[in-house]
Amino acid sequence: MFGLMLVQMSSMRDALAEALLELGSKDPKLVVLGADTSVSIKTSLFADRFPDRFFNVGIAEANMIGIAAGLALAGKIPYVSTYSAFVPGKCLDQIRNAVAYPNLDVKIVSSHGGVSVGPDGASHQTVEDVAAMRAIPHLRVVIPADAPATRVLIEESWKTPGPFYIRLSRPSVPEVYSSRPDLKVGQVKVLREGTDLAIIACGVMVSEALEAGESLAKEKISAEIIDSHTLKPLDADTIVSVARKTGGIVTAEEQNIIGGLGSAVAEVVSSSYPVPISMVGVRDTFGESGEYKELMAKYGLTSKDIVRAAKKLVASR
Amino acid sequence: MEQTQIPFGMLLQKAVKIRTHILEMLAEAKSGHPGGSLSAVEILVSLYFYKMRHDPKRPAWPDRDRFVLSKGHAAPVLFATLAEAGYIPVSELKTLRKLNSRLQGHPDHRVPGVEFPGGSLGIGLSAAIGMALAGKIDKKDYRVYALLGDGELDEGETWEAAMAAPKFKLGNLTAIIDRNGIQQDGLTEQIMPMEPLAYKWKAFNWHVLEVDGFDLRQVIEALEKAENMRNRPTVIIAHTVKGKGVSFMEWDPAYHGKAPDKDTVKKLVESMRQQ
Repeated sequence: MFGLMLVQMSSMRDALAEALLELGSKDPKLVVLGADTSVSIKTSLFADRFPDRFFNVGIAEANMIGIAAGLALAGKIPYVSTYSAFVPGKCLDQIRNAVAYPNLDVKIVSSHGGVSVGPDGASHQTVEDVAAMRAIPHLRVVIPADAPATRVLIEESWKTPGPFYIRLSRPSVPEVYSSRPDLKVGQVKVLREGTDLAIIACGVMVSEALEAGESLAKEKISAEIIDSHTLKPLDADTIVSVARKTGGIVTAEEQNIIGGLGSAVAEVVSSSYPVPISMVGVRDTFGESGEYKELMAKYGLTSKDIVRAAKKLVASR
Repeated sequence: MEQTQIPFGMLLQKAVKIRTHILEMLAEAKSGHPGGSLSAVEILVSLYFYKMRHDPKRPAWPDRDRFVLSKGHAAPVLFATLAEAGYIPVSELKTLRKLNSRLQGHPDHRVPGVEFPGGSLGIGLSAAIGMALAGKIDKKDYRVYALLGDGELDEGETWEAAMAAPKFKLGNLTAIIDRNGIQQDGLTEQIMPMEPLAYKWKAFNWHVLEVDGFDLRQVIEALEKAENMRNRPTVIIAHTVKGKGVSFMEWDPAYHGKAPDKDTVKKLVESMRQQ
């Protein structure tokens, strides 16, 4: 797909802001909360357009989630947004007790997920957020692959009642999709058909997976490439049928492999149709300062790492 | 709208009934939190039977006043009050804390009339702010009340919320602090000193009132003064006694979370009825 093509890069934050502006003009129930990061995340554009429906609570994430719960209880659809190091980092309790337990219509959009955050270092990177959010009942967990996917999945979250955790990345990322991909919460997107193995990825790792698919094809390995943007509820039916068809899976994610996408895939495959699963992801370690691409390379999060895992998996059969 | 306000002279009787329910339901459950339930009885009576606009037949009525029990461990006083108001049958109270009951150890949305699942301390005031903001956006005149424990004030989120409510000019929000002076491990002033409490809230730009939390007239007057504040939230520090009405529970931290046995409760209820 990428081959010699020039890859379009774009920002998930821009896509978030555009989606919120569009939904905000359609739906007066939509409100947005920020915690002193709204300029960075660009929800300040919503604040400029709809000042009566934007609330900046300052650097107080727990309070922000509690207020969002109250707004939802009074009929609003709050989107709360800050960096993923702090939401969920500083407010697991509020997400659990005030949002997920009563199953409220609160949409948590956390930007700057994973290690791709870059030079800010480990304190501002997240490897654990996905596992924590996935383990909370009622909560849907979504990680879009690029800006167009972000736009569509934010709209999907607005259409779908109940709480969401949507994780975005800081850097501009390669566009996997054209303008408006047809994505549905809870349904994977098959990006390339294959027979020898399946590569199931989420977030920025989807573009790496596609690149890996190209390389593998040159070596006569046919990889099915799947964007599993919804980690919960996982599209178990499709994933099990892909396991049946290909006989082996590589997962690719930009977070700790403990409790992430690989774990989610293993949870469904192991009981229905066990096949070998190789997990590409952060191997239970914190990140560090560095540039986006340098960090992805150092922590084993590139197409090369996926190719290596895929070849090993195929060779072992 | 259902008539929920009762004559002032009848409020005391409601308080006795609710105290009785609390003791009986805790004895039946064999666990739960009597101290902080008994200290808040008159506060809930003033709200549910005098001050608040609500309708037990329409718990989701958009124009209702809202009550958030942030100190969710006082679930028995909320359930007993909701039962007396007609949200749930009084006979259901004895299912508190039992498997498959709607009456959980801490309140949640299974019970009509419960506005917020309080329990994990520190969140309720934030949620009440959200409800009050929604009321302002929708230009509705409903009021939001949040009952906080004084031990609960140890939680940092309370103070995040305390900063936010005046910023958003929430005259439609009233926080009430059940200032009974005791938390699970002992006296609040020993565990984590809160005084000067009124000054703290004043410094956070709240309209601050202090009342005897068992004097219905004082509580109601304060609630009415709060209503007159257009653009400023009010906090009512209600001075109370933990375990109020049961001599051996009063001022004893042990009764934060220890249920009385059935025989004891029988005697207590008998003596309350005679009073």
